[in-house]
Amino acid sequence: MRADLQLALHPLELLRSAGLRLGLIYAVLFCLSALVLSAFLWWSTAGLLDRQTDAAINADAQGLLERFVEGPEALVETIQERLAANVDDDAIYLFTDALMRPIAGNLERWPRVITNNVEWAEIPIDRAGVRGLARIRNFVLPGGFHLLVGRDVQARAELRRIITNALFWVPVIVVVFGLAGALAVRGLFRLTIADVAAAANAFSRGDLTRRVRTSGIGDEFDRLAQEINTMLDRVTALMDGVRQVSNAIAHDLRTPITRARARLEDAASSARNEDDLRAAIERAEADLDGIVAVFQALLRISEIEAGSRRSAFTRFDLGPLLSDMAELYTAAAEENGQALEQDVPPILPAFGDRDMLQQAVANLLDNALKFSPPGSTIRLFARTAGGRLEIGVSDQGPGIPPEDRGRATERFFRGESARNTPGSGLGLALVQAVAALHGGVLRLEGNDPGLKAVIALPAPSVASAPLPSA
Amino acid sequence: MRILVVEDDRDVAGFVAKGLREAGHVVEHADNGRDGLFLAASENFDAIVLDRMLPGGVDGLRLLETLRAQNNQTPVLFLSALAQVDDRVRGLKAGGDDYMTKPFAFAELLARVEALNRRGKTEAPVTKLVAADLEMDLLSRTVRRAGQKIDLQPREFRLLEYLMRHTGQVVTRTMLLEGVWDYHFDPQTNVIDVHVSRLRQKVDKPFPTALIHTIRNAGYMLRAE
Repeated sequence: MRADLQLALHPLELLRSAGLRLGLIYAVLFCLSALVLSAFLWWSTAGLLDRQTDAAINADAQGLLERFVEGPEALVETIQERLAANVDDDAIYLFTDALMRPIAGNLERWPRVITNNVEWAEIPIDRAGVRGLARIRNFVLPGGFHLLVGRDVQARAELRRIITNALFWVPVIVVVFGLAGALAVRGLFRLTIADVAAAANAFSRGDLTRRVRTSGIGDEFDRLAQEINTMLDRVTALMDGVRQVSNAIAHDLRTPITRARARLEDAASSARNEDDLRAAIERAEADLDGIVAVFQALLRISEIEAGSRRSAFTRFDLGPLLSDMAELYTAAAEENGQALEQDVPPILPAFGDRDMLQQAVANLLDNALKFSPPGSTIRLFARTAGGRLEIGVSDQGPGIPPEDRGRATERFFRGESARNTPGSGLGLALVQAVAALHGGVLRLEGNDPGLKAVIALPAPSVASAPLPSA
Repeated sequence: MRILVVEDDRDVAGFVAKGLREAGHVVEHADNGRDGLFLAASENFDAIVLDRMLPGGVDGLRLLETLRAQNNQTPVLFLSALAQVDDRVRGLKAGGDDYMTKPFAFAELLARVEALNRRGKTEAPVTKLVAADLEMDLLSRTVRRAGQKIDLQPREFRLLEYLMRHTGQVVTRTMLLEGVWDYHFDPQTNVIDVHVSRLRQKVDKPFPTALIHTIRNAGYMLRAE
């Protein structure tokens, strides 16, 4: 409403109103089209009448001139015949000799305005006491004779005047209606964006639950509202992420930082010899490395979630990549007494960020190796099924209880069984972020016993199209 | 090696310079981009350690681009707090040879700087690598030690090749992961250690002296005693 006040106060602001601009554009277009229509109407009515009259006169004259070839008497006879046959009584003829004395016809005398060099004329006439208007064509004939052929156009002139009058009023009416329409358009426009503006305003003032209302008609404004709402959802999700991270930093990074600090402080005050000191410093260094690793993982997740990596997407073959990963981890698994099997097709076209997918699979394999007991089997598998590309790792470890699976991808979440193993609680969060970056999801399922983690992505043919605004 | 360190943080610069000197290198230091560019362009260095955000109007990227525009091919290692993948890509695109993010372990920095120097010299195709009694034929892809043939898996071969190309230098786990597997992430498990230990089983165990050494807090080194 504050914005409305401003609109009312400053005419310059008024000109800047998009609603008014749209309205004016509408009005101008409306007027233009009405004027074009009027012009066309005028041309095709009044204009047509004129052209018809001229055509009739020409045809009439043609016939008379042909008769004149046979002699003036023939022409006189024809004129009289035609006058007698003229039911409408609108034909006008005058046949005179060289001295302009009438020989035949229904005009009493030669009109003064018509001289030899006038071909067409429109003159007032007076026939039997009735005043009228006539359109006349003048012919000079061989032998000094003169012939006028014309039509009484009084009725037509009347009609043309009415039409012309009407067309004169049309623009006035058009402008009035156009302006009214403009105001209506502006009002509608304002009404429609008022809610968008209000919602955006409320949102930026901190009401993160506020969304733009949709009418449900599915028109352009509805689609705009949906897009805006999607954007607001995304902003909210990102803000939640940031809040989650700051909470996590506050709670989870304090512990290792405190530990490192305590070690250094303790060493500074109570180390008895250089070896003690060195050992304490090295442990503190390791703690700091751990903290840095957590920071890097957090930043990496934020980077992925921001979605800017999508510009680096390429097509590549996931098959060899996964086989290489399996080979890299097989040695470590065997060292732990675990078996790592792979079930990966040799060729598996994919579209995405190679490094990120590698990192995600590495995280899943890291987890599987970390949590599986000796003697168990870990499987790395991949397949394309039902338009989706699935990459998964299953293990026979303790798994994640169903009630914890939803939260397992949150940053810093650590399940009960993971409490005593090293790790930051960021691995699955990163996998989830990578999956989301590729327009897919991370599914955590039971493996009876153990865990099956599956990255489900849209198959490349689908994924290479613009990704949904996830 | 003669190394130029362009870094505005005095503590970091001092730490890096001290470490490099202790490793036997000659170090020049510039604390802003302008001086760094002047030094880099006017003198000959074997490698440059370059910060990205520098005072003095010339940042690391500009410095490097100017240098490369003058056809100066001195190897450059970026040392930057800008750690996003895009930053890394931008640095390498501008002509950087390697990219490290802060915070960093000095051992890693040293290993990478020394590897930079080596990289420039191995342009000519090598067909045979030798370290002590260990020989690698890159054409027939065979490895012999003391005349005795050693059977290696393809990956083990590449791992050993990488170590031999950097004989006498420390290679870190990250360098191995990037150089042998072409991976750019940090696994949490000791995957690299396991592969190196398997390689040792074949290359070192049957013989009286070990060639592959573990360097504490850093990585590995193949060294002929």
